[in-house]
Amino acid sequence: MLQLDHLSKTYADGTRALSDINLTVRNGEIVALVGGSGCGKTTLLRLIAGLDQASIGAIRLDGEALSGPHPSVGIVFQEPRLLPWLSVADNIAFGLDHLNGAERKARVKHALEKIGLSEHAERWPRDLSGGQQQRVAIARAFVTNPKVLLLDEPFSALDAFTRASLHEHLLALWEETRPTVVLVTHDVQEAVTLADRAVVMQPKPGRIFDELPLTLSRPRDKTGLPFETSVRRVLTALDHSLNTPQQQPQRERDRQAAALWW
Amino acid sequence: MSLPRESAVSGEIATSAWSSQQGAAALAASSPAEKRRAFDWRILLGFLLPIAIALLWEAGVRTGLVQGRLVPPPSRIFAALWALAETGELWTHVWVTLWRIASGFALGAVAGIVFGALSGASETIRRLLDPTLQALRAIPSIAWVPLFILWLGIFEASKVALIAVGVFFPVYLGIAGAILSVDRKLVEVGHVFRLSRFQLARRILLPAVLPEAVIALRSGLGLGFMFVVAAEFMGASEGLGYLLVDGQQMGKPDQILAAIIAFALLGKIADSLLVLLTKPLVRWQDTVRERL
Repeated sequence: MLQLDHLSKTYADGTRALSDINLTVRNGEIVALVGGSGCGKTTLLRLIAGLDQASIGAIRLDGEALSGPHPSVGIVFQEPRLLPWLSVADNIAFGLDHLNGAERKARVKHALEKIGLSEHAERWPRDLSGGQQQRVAIARAFVTNPKVLLLDEPFSALDAFTRASLHEHLLALWEETRPTVVLVTHDVQEAVTLADRAVVMQPKPGRIFDELPLTLSRPRDKTGLPFETSVRRVLTALDHSLNTPQQQPQRERDRQAAALWW
Repeated sequence: MSLPRESAVSGEIATSAWSSQQGAAALAASSPAEKRRAFDWRILLGFLLPIAIALLWEAGVRTGLVQGRLVPPPSRIFAALWALAETGELWTHVWVTLWRIASGFALGAVAGIVFGALSGASETIRRLLDPTLQALRAIPSIAWVPLFILWLGIFEASKVALIAVGVFFPVYLGIAGAILSVDRKLVEVGHVFRLSRFQLARRILLPAVLPEAVIALRSGLGLGFMFVVAAEFMGASEGLGYLLVDGQQMGKPDQILAAIIAFALLGKIADSLLVLLTKPLVRWQDTVRERL
């Protein structure tokens, strides 16, 4: 269980990026953070990843406080961030240095098959398309078998077709080990396609506006009415979050309510 | 690898367009294969002017239109080069000069890499070292000559030291700058995988700075060739620089030009060798064809 308790982040120049974030994510749950730009989604993800330190509050994973990059927490960035001097296979194996050669090879081979890039194993990242590179980045995060996987708008730079196929690759990988996933996105369709719950955030300072459970059965039919309804619900919440900056919604009951729901 | 095939195909398209729309095709020459082909032609074009001038001068001297005493015709220059090579004198000088460059380059490059790496890796060390080194860099390196001769004597040590000083600064600046400009985003990947400081340096910083390090070493080597001449001017009895001075004092312009040609060839060969040796290190680079 990933718990965020009263998380706040104030930058050195006084900008309040996040204010009192409380969120509990069950094991194996996929949570989508949606919200307008500048509402601290990425900041929140960087805090969980341990790349930045929270000003106030704590992050706990199964009761253990996180205070820096943790072996059980993986992240996929907005850009692939592959190391250009390593082959595709070596990029995927980057986080597997602690394993012996055979185990490492087996995991990389499996991941390559899973993302459909087996025949590209020995190529340079520069020879791959953007979508292929992002698949490699996702595989690099998955092969370490993280308990929590953080995705920072990983599909935002891709076209719609590539994005849809990457959603499938991601869900296929997720099915295997069922890690907890926190996905930052500005694409409501994407949130409804992937997530069990959408957390709508509000800017200045970044805080949680509302939480919407997305209980559609998988695999999700993107043309069906329930899907449309969910998209509309999230959009409505997003609209409210941007139009009522002064309003203080159910922040206090967030945690309790979430606990009751799940 | 489907890349070469693709580029070959687009190269064909570009060639077929060449006949119809010359200007457009020349501008649109984008694939590497096409670039290489166009490049070959331009190399030949580049030879045209010097060859034409050489032939004209040769013809002018032969017909007696001009006097070739101070500016000897190409045939005399090559005859001088040939004579030097035949007696074996040339190889002694080449060997001595190369040895000086090699040892000076090795010393300067190693020092430049070490100090550049320290200065790039640690803010504290950079604040400590960089101002002093930048101040020293502002001194024209030739100004060290009298001091080096006093300290190290007139023989090899002072020459090698001068070359090392010349090589040191571009390498130092290049390495430190390369480390400072490593993409923060890639470093973050290292942080996410919890690399130690040492691992981060070995697995991310080192490979990331290699392309720029190669360029720094190349400019260092270029300066090495520059400084070996300066070093050999300050009293040498061997070396290509000595051939220059000797040619001046004995009034043998053909010998001077022969030495200059030898320098040009050696410099080009050394640079190509460095590129060749370091190519495996940077073959992953996307822009490698453009930069080298």
